[in-house]
This record gives sequence, structure tokens and C-alpha cells, in this order.
Amino acid sequence: MSAPGAAANAVVDAVLADLGKGSHRGVVVDSPPGAGKSTLVVKAAQVLAAAGEQLIVIAQTNEQVDDLIDRLATAAPDLPIGRLSAGDYRASERVQQHRSVTVGAKIGDVGQGSVIIATAAKWATVADGSWAWAIVDEAYQMRSDALLRVASRFSRALFVGDPGQLDPFSTVESARWTGLTWDPMLSAVSVLLRHNPDLPVHRLPVSWRLPPSAAEVVAPAFYPFTGFRAGTEPGDRSLVLDVGSARVHVPEGPDPDAVDAAVAQAAATGWALYELPARHTIRTDGEAAAACAALALRVLEAGAVAVSERSRDGAAVDASRIAIGTAHRDQAAVIRNLLRGTPGETITVDTANRLQGREYDVTVVLHPLSGRRDATAFHLESGRLCVLTSRHRHACIVVARAGIPDLLDAHPSTDPVHLNTAEPAPRVVRSASGARREVCPREQRCRTTPEAGKQDLDLDSSPGRREFRRRDAGRAIA
Amino acid sequence: MSTLTALAKAQAVAAGRAQPIATVRHAHISDMPLVFIPLTMAGEANAPLAVMVGTDEDRPELLIVPQPRDRGLRFDFAARLAEILLPYAEGFCSATEAVPTDRKRDVRYRYLDAPQIIVPAPAGIGFVRLFGRSTRFRRTDGDYPVLPTVPLLGRWLTFFADRAEQPGSSMLLSLTEMLSAHWATGQSGHEDAHLGSLVNWIAPPPGMSGAKAARLAEDPEVCPPAGPATDPGFDNDVLGPAMEIYRAASEGDDPEAERAAYRELEDLLRGQLAPTWELMWRGLRVMRSMPPGASVEARWAQDRDVFSDFSLYVQGGGAPQARRDGAVAAATRLHKLERAGQSYAIERAFDDPLIMAEHRLGGEAFVGEVTLSKPDRVDDTGKRPVLRPRIQVVTTDPVLFPEGTTLVSPSKPQQKGRVIFVTPVEDGGKTEVVLELSGGMGRGLRAPAGSVPEVGERITYTSLSLGYAPPGTFPSREETPWTHGGPPQYSIADDPLDQGDHAATEDWS
Repeated sequence: MSAPGAAANAVVDAVLADLGKGSHRGVVVDSPPGAGKSTLVVKAAQVLAAAGEQLIVIAQTNEQVDDLIDRLATAAPDLPIGRLSAGDYRASERVQQHRSVTVGAKIGDVGQGSVIIATAAKWATVADGSWAWAIVDEAYQMRSDALLRVASRFSRALFVGDPGQLDPFSTVESARWTGLTWDPMLSAVSVLLRHNPDLPVHRLPVSWRLPPSAAEVVAPAFYPFTGFRAGTEPGDRSLVLDVGSARVHVPEGPDPDAVDAAVAQAAATGWALYELPARHTIRTDGEAAAACAALALRVLEAGAVAVSERSRDGAAVDASRIAIGTAHRDQAAVIRNLLRGTPGETITVDTANRLQGREYDVTVVLHPLSGRRDATAFHLESGRLCVLTSRHRHACIVVARAGIPDLLDAHPSTDPVHLNTAEPAPRVVRSASGARREVCPREQRCRTTPEAGKQDLDLDSSPGRREFRRRDAGRAIA
Repeated sequence: MSTLTALAKAQAVAAGRAQPIATVRHAHISDMPLVFIPLTMAGEANAPLAVMVGTDEDRPELLIVPQPRDRGLRFDFAARLAEILLPYAEGFCSATEAVPTDRKRDVRYRYLDAPQIIVPAPAGIGFVRLFGRSTRFRRTDGDYPVLPTVPLLGRWLTFFADRAEQPGSSMLLSLTEMLSAHWATGQSGHEDAHLGSLVNWIAPPPGMSGAKAARLAEDPEVCPPAGPATDPGFDNDVLGPAMEIYRAASEGDDPEAERAAYRELEDLLRGQLAPTWELMWRGLRVMRSMPPGASVEARWAQDRDVFSDFSLYVQGGGAPQARRDGAVAAATRLHKLERAGQSYAIERAFDDPLIMAEHRLGGEAFVGEVTLSKPDRVDDTGKRPVLRPRIQVVTTDPVLFPEGTTLVSPSKPQQKGRVIFVTPVEDGGKTEVVLELSGGMGRGLRAPAGSVPEVGERITYTSLSLGYAPPGTFPSREETPWTHGGPPQYSIADDPLDQGDHAATEDWS
């Protein structure tokens, strides 16, 4: 096996070469969590701009736009950048500090010849103009109807995204478009590749964020056909706790010793499960919320220090380096309320949707199926668990009520099966370990991964790439 | 299932009677709805067997297909159904009203009323959709010609089925869904799909508990299925033999025997449909007895708008609806459905305190009493002074809003309230919320009477907002981008009858 850095660079070079050749209208790059997706976007933008191409960048949220601008302006201070935004947008500090950035609500305001960056929703309001190239960031988070609205603005495009994360969703339930190649409920990349099957698809092979302890769980659970590896070796990173530190803020409820034990285990192994007794609860389960808050506070109060390849002497894990992830907004609100008035007040507490693309040292995750009576499609969505369990550089603590495996057994998948669709229905296969998996056999698209089939799956056709639903994803963690 | 619905279901079990989960009716009920109960034949995809239809409870009309496997008879049935449905729909195309458009610079006209079809269950809507698809492309010439009213019927049925997808539309409703949205019973959701037991949970006969009446209604002898699927026992023991007698008679040369066999079938199917007919009107009376929500009228006006447009389109000889949506049509439709769904959900919460209570539980709203009010507060820190009254609301609901959140009150939707302080009070889990108000108070620096909540008023504030968002723009069909396959090569809508895969050549049609 080559060094992870070399393997990753080879893929980036191949992507840039594809862009340079211009023989395809689009290039797709799949990226597992923390594999340097943003770095690639910045690099590609610089290369295209240097070649004199007219370029726009399409991201999904304002947060992502600001992130990209900050990175791009730092990497290329002389490159003029235009940030297209809504009228009431106030430039964040990250954006304001760069002189090369112009903010405007209309295309005319942001200047000719610059790289223009905006959200897909903003681009959809731009009625004219066409640019030679577009970079579409987080393209798997983008619904295909959003792509339809902006696609007239560019001739060629680089699509970058993480196929394991949350699929785009709709509040409308309709089987009306099932099987159509342009189903608006599908992700932008799915529709793009169905109409343009010849586009080159690359995959970044190394996660720089996830430690080996996380990569070996997340890769087979959520990326079973492609996999990835960690960029660091076991032992490169460690989380040091001051075990004897005083407990100052102890939310009512959780047993402090059990909390300490979970935090210590997470620091030692990279994972911990804080299990509550089985019970059916309402969505805002008070005990589970208190446990999440207590665990995050304990990490803070234990004065955790993160030693990694970035800081060999160790960096303190402060509130900005800790996140609590939930499935629902009301759950996040309850936990945020518990943290009010404590040193953990500024800890990020948010839903999986909003945590996409972000990175922390330690995360506390409230399992989406914890305490539930039923397993709905929303809570079974493997992308949700994937996002929640792949945000951390050091350790992840999962809070869940016991009984999730029973819940999964009691609620078999009842999704209707559609015949004659472009996408075969998922089917269940058994892995060598006996675990049940639902996989969706599809044509193999990943060309940069000769070892893609190296899974213990009993597949008689070539493995597909994504859109599998793995109910056991819950079991891998619980 | 939401927490409050779960509670209401538990209460329904305890009380033996359905419990309301809404205080107002969220659907429009026409003065003259067309009740439409279709039955299909088992084993044949959407093959019509019978339909009981009408606008008068005392005069149901029964149409049957004595042999649903015979396609000729099916389209005879479609023609007879068209004779009922088309005059019903066209009957509303008379009186119009002028509606100002384009900022009152122009007017358009819409009909004062519109048709409304009520079917027993969601599967009935499925029947309407599929029967519309199998009839709207039929040809009036060629090998198997049909009457011109048959493809016209298909267009109207498709129109109704499309409207049924739109959240908040009342043009085609299923009674079980409508009742379940307003009442919680002590049985499962699957059991609620049975019209007989659902209606009996809600409105049991005098002297009987809802639970018992519902159990009695589960017997298919007493209360046959509301369709479109029929009871297998009836199929095997009664319908099958009667159809066989009709077949034999129709092949013989005794017209009297054929007529007798037909009448026999009619009587059998009337027996299957009549109990459901009675239930439909009972259920409608229950729905009518609830007062309508405040925004029901406006949503029905949208239905009337769409109906007016479509009837003009049909009168102008418009082509049948495309068999499937193209890339642009699909994205546009999804956009419309999502917008409609969002505003319908918010309108219901604004109209109905019981639905708002769900949002209070989820931390998206709170109800409290105004304890302090400063209606003449002026903010003069900006370029010019502006009226910014502040009020303090004390609530026992959990308040999860961070400071700075903008809220509205359903009683004053034009006014915004920004959260300034959230202070938990020591005793009794109360919270004090200070809000700064803007909008809905005229232009001056004095708030008109009644525009600022007064001390002692009980008021709801929520982060749900009915604010206007402009509809999205989409490329035209000819500009479908390369990512979505480029412009379509042909148009189904332009010439639906020349496509190889259109319904007219499908072997099931």
C-alpha cells in the first residue's frame, strides 16, 4: 500500500487532468468524510482560473459559501472573488477580512472576470449569463431539481460531494416520478450520471479527519463498496484527560461515574456507547438529552487535550472543538437549554443536516433510533448516522437507549418495490459475519478503486456505489 | 404519530369514542358534493365493476359493468359515467366573479363555485387517477372508437386526481383521510382506513359506544368494504356465480334472460354499495357540523381558480395531460406541491389552537399572558425614529427560542415580534419573554388602538411564518439542460396518440 498522501495526490492530479482535457462536460469526485474535498475545490478553482476560464462556484448553504470564500481567498489572495447573496446578507468576518472579495446581490455588482460564488438557491434567481465552468460543491446534498434550475448557467462542471451523507429530501411523498431518470427527488449526481453515464468519476481514497478507529467502522458501514482509509496511523493521535478534575457542572440525572467511564473509554479507544435502559420515549427524551449534555461537559471539564499530527504538543479541546449531534431540531434545542449558563454554553448542538461538512475533536451523538417505538425511513436513513459518526478527529460518544437491534427486527422494511426502474430495488444479502445487509446492485462506476470489491459481501453482480440502505448501520454503532 | 394524537387515541380507548384532534374543519365541504364510490373487479388492474354516484343522498345512481373483462363494456361504462360527471362539472361553469390581478391593474374571472368529488378512501383516488389514465388517450376513430365524452372524462378525472395530490385542495377528497385528520379513534391507522368502523367510532348510533359500533361494522355482511376492492367472500360466493349466469344469458338468444341476469347483478352490487353510500353521507354530516377554519375559504378560492383555468382549457380543446412529467414539468410540480404543503401546514396551525398545541410541544410556539405593554415605545437610535412597542408575555410553555428570533402571532399575522429577553421565573416553571414589535401598526409614531397586545390578553407567538416567498423559476421545456438529458426529442402532450407507448395500445386498457 502506498503512503496515503501519495494515493490522495494521485487522485487529485487525475481530476485536474480530466478538467484540463475538457473532453467531458462534467467530472464527478466522490469524497468520504474529511478527505480533502474543500482543498480539492480550492485547487480546481485556482487551476481553472489560472487557465483563464470563466468560473462560478455553486454551494448549498451560506455557511459553505463563506467557508469556500475564506479558503479560496487565503490560497489565492490576488484572485478576484464575487460573493452573490441575498439582499439582507451581512458579510461574515471570514469574508470581510479578504480584500479580493466583493459582495453583491446582483451579477452586475460583483464584477467581471472574477470567480463568483453563491448558493444554489441564489444561482437559481440569476436569469442570464453563462460561464464556461462551474464547480458544484456538496453535489450529493443537492436535489436534482435545484441542478435543473442552475444548469443553464454553465457549459461544463466539476461535481464534488460525499455520497455517504444525507440524501436530499422532500416534504412531498409521491411515487409519481419513481423510475424517471430525471426524478426531482434524487440527488443532482444521480440524475447527472444517468443522463451522462460516460462522465469520469473519481474517488478520494483517504480521510484526513477520521482516526483509524473511526475509519475502520465508518468505511465498511457506510461506504461498503468503495471504502477509504484513515490518513493517520493508530497512535498518531491521542486524547489526554485530567481524570481527577473536579465535577463542577453535573446536569441532573446521569450517573457521574458512568459518564466518566464513557468519556475515559472514548479517549482511550475513539468510541464509547453511553447506554440508557430500554424505554419508549417522546422525541425530546429528557434523560438522553441530559446524558448528552453531561458527557460533553465532562469532556470540557476533564480538560481534554488533543495530540495529533497538527499539534504534537497537544491542543486544548475547548467548547468550539466539541459538538453534540441529534436527529431533530427540538432535541438539539432541549440540549442547548441544558447547557445554558454552563461553560459548555458555546458547544455546537445541531442536527445532522446542519453538521454536514463540519469537523470537531470530540462529538457526542444522540442515536436517531434511541427510545423510538417505530423505525421510520427518516430515522433509518443511513446517511444521518453516517454524518453524526464521522464529524470527529479523536473520539465519538454515542448516547442511545438499549433495544435498537430489537426495534430494527420488529420493523422490517416495507418500502414498496418498483419494477422496471433504472435503479434495482435493494435486496438483502448476508455477509460472512452473518450480518444482514440490504444492498442495491448497480453498475460499477468507480474507476479509481481496483480494490472496490474487497468486501465480505456475497454479490453475484458488480457492487454499486451508493444508495444502499443498511439497517445494520445502526447495529454497527449500537 | 404526534404526541397529542397518541394521547387523543389513548383517551378514545378510555372513553370508547373518537376524540377530536382539530377544533375546526380544515377542508371545504361543498353544498353539492358528488359522492363517488367505485368498485373494481378482483384480479384485473383497475377494471371498473360498479360505481354509486350522485349529489343527492336520496337518489344514488348505480352504474355497473356486467362483465369487467370485456373492454367494450368498460368503455360503455365510461361513457355513462361521463354523462353524470361532465354535466356535474360543467354545471359550475356559469356565474363568475372578477378577481383583481397584477396589483389591481387587471382583472381575471373565476367561477363562483367548483365541483367537489368525495370518495370513501385513498384507494378511491387511485381509481380516479388510473381510470383517468386509461380513458384520456382513447381515440374516437380507428379500430376501437369510443364516444368523444370518454377521453373528455379521462381529462377531468386526471385533473381531479392531480388536484388530490395538492395539499390543502378540496376538489377530490377521501372521507377516511379527512375524518382521520380531525378525529383520533381507539384503533390503529390501518383500521381507520375502514370507513365503517371509522364513522362508527366518531358518530355511533344512539345508545352504543363507538368502540362497539366499530366492531360490529367490521363484519363484511353488515358493512361491505368501501372499495374499490370488494370482499373476497362476496366475489366467490355471490358475484362470480351471478356473472357466470349473465355470461351464459348474454351468449344465448333470450333477451329477457339477459335483462334478468343484469338486474340480478345490479341488485347484488347495490347491496354492496348502499351501506357505504349511507356511511358517506353520515361522515359528511359529521364534517359539516364542524365550523370551517379561517383559511378554508381562501384555499377553496384557489381550487376555483384552478378549476376555472382547466375548464377553459378543456373548452378550448386542450390536449390530454402528458402521460409522465418531463424533467422540467416534474421539478415545477414538486416545487408547487412543496410550497402548497408548507403553507397548508402553517395555515392549519394558525386556524386551530389544537394543532398549534403540537408546535407548542415541539418548542415552535408558546401561549402566554401579556403582563407588561409599552405601546408607545419609540426607537430613535436609527436615522429616523420608529415605533417599536415592547410587550412582556409570561408563559408556562417551554421557550426554546434564542434571543433575536423573529416570531408572529396568528391573531396579528402582519406584526413581527423580535425576542429581546427570555427570563425563566423561579416559581412554577414560568418564563418571561420580552418582545419588540414592528409592523401592522400604521406609519405614525403612535400605535392605533388594538394594534398592540394589551395587558391581560392571552396571546400565541410562533416561529412559523406565512411570509411570502416568490415562486421559483424554471427553464422552459426546450431549454432542459444537458445534465437532465437535454430538450426532449418529442412531445407527448403535442401528439399523445402517436407515441408507441401511449395508453391506447397498452394491452390492459
